Amino acid sequence: MIKTDILIIGAGPTGLFTVFEAGLLKLKCHLIDALPQPGGQCSEIYPKKPIYDIPAYPEILAGDLTDKLLEQCKQFEPGFTLGERAETIEKQEDGTFIVTTNKGTQHHAPVVAIAGGLGSFEPRKPLIHNIADFEDKGVEYMIKEPDMYRGKKVVIAGGGDSALDWSIFLSDVASEVTLIHRRNEFRGHLDSVEKAQELKNQGKINLITPAEVTGIVGDHHVKAVVVSQAEHIQKEFEIECDHFIPLFGLSPKLGPIANWGLEIEKNAIKVNNALDYQTNIPGIFAVGDVNTYPGKLKLILCGFHEATLMCQAAYQIINPGKKYVLKYTTVSGVDGFDGTRKEAPKAVVKAID
Amino acid sequence: MEQDVTLKITDRDGVAHEVLAPTDMAMNLMEVVRSYELAPEGTIGICGGMAMCASCQCYVLSDHELPEMQDDEEAMLSEAFYVKDNSRLGCQIQITPELDGLEVELAPES
Repeated sequence: MIKTDILIIGAGPTGLFTVFEAGLLKLKCHLIDALPQPGGQCSEIYPKKPIYDIPAYPEILAGDLTDKLLEQCKQFEPGFTLGERAETIEKQEDGTFIVTTNKGTQHHAPVVAIAGGLGSFEPRKPLIHNIADFEDKGVEYMIKEPDMYRGKKVVIAGGGDSALDWSIFLSDVASEVTLIHRRNEFRGHLDSVEKAQELKNQGKINLITPAEVTGIVGDHHVKAVVVSQAEHIQKEFEIECDHFIPLFGLSPKLGPIANWGLEIEKNAIKVNNALDYQTNIPGIFAVGDVNTYPGKLKLILCGFHEATLMCQAAYQIINPGKKYVLKYTTVSGVDGFDGTRKEAPKAVVKAID
Repeated sequence: MEQDVTLKITDRDGVAHEVLAPTDMAMNLMEVVRSYELAPEGTIGICGGMAMCASCQCYVLSDHELPEMQDDEEAMLSEAFYVKDNSRLGCQIQITPELDGLEVELAPES
């Protein structure tokens, strides 16, 4: 069981900044995120896009913001459970919580901070009538263990970076890779598109465009996919395969958090914004895009503010009655849990002759 | 206000709404839908309007001349579901005086 002071659900910008603010109060944090890397939407949806309203950054790329936040909170040694979705929460008799992920990893903390953005990112499933029958029986919406495709025949559908990159990667692993997309154009980094073109020319990737997978054939496991191609004349045919991997991006869903007994309004968690961003369950807070209150704005900078106030309330829960006053980092410096210390250089005191 | 235009937006439940939208606030169609809460928060405009999620997909029902589709919108629609010939991403349609009377229907959530 992973033990921490503040268990943060969501490793986006708000969750990462919570680690820093908590660290100043000597509180340790652990983060859970359904995505395999920290940064939330900033890393997953728009890492290369600029943001213009982060105070003191006239312009910063979303991916760079994630890197900076990770650097800023590094000395407070946050723990991460990545690629797992927080599934259940159980309040213990002593008021603490145990949060369990979809993979069974358990986390124990006196304070839970939900910084879940729009929810956990779930793969978007194509509208194929019998696709659900083949989930985990040859249909995978995400590639978790590339080695399971070794020597197999694989069909990938999609036109973005992940479809391209995995087709390229698996062309070395699988016995046969077919990439199917509704258009001839792919939306990916130029070098990925060029690499895919090269592999197609070498016969290592079988490219079928403009086409769509419209059905799956098999008994208990995928045997083939039905492809409908619309070039010149409409035709339909089957491609034999062991795996079908639709990669149509991810879409956020509030998911299991919606069943935690929290007050939900407009797909967001209601919090007390007059005080500390606590939810209707004492000890559970919600900060950043996932919360709502009168006048709420879904901005990263608002998430930072909410996280800062929330940490003060968390301190009171974890250290009841213990005195504390706000300190300025410029005055007190920053003492990391890793033994490092950052501090302002001392003023030089020297007489002038 | 004189610079407002009237739009007819059919929501995902099939209910038609006539709404007024300003043309001078750099708003797009997705934002108009959100400002009138015609689709639940969190189900539309997820990427914020970067043509990167297709949650604001709509079908254009009237024959207004719309801004030409850019590469990123076209690419996103080619990966989206429930796409028809008249599909557009609401976030890529700026509200201008020429759009007065525009009729659209929101595509299903996916």
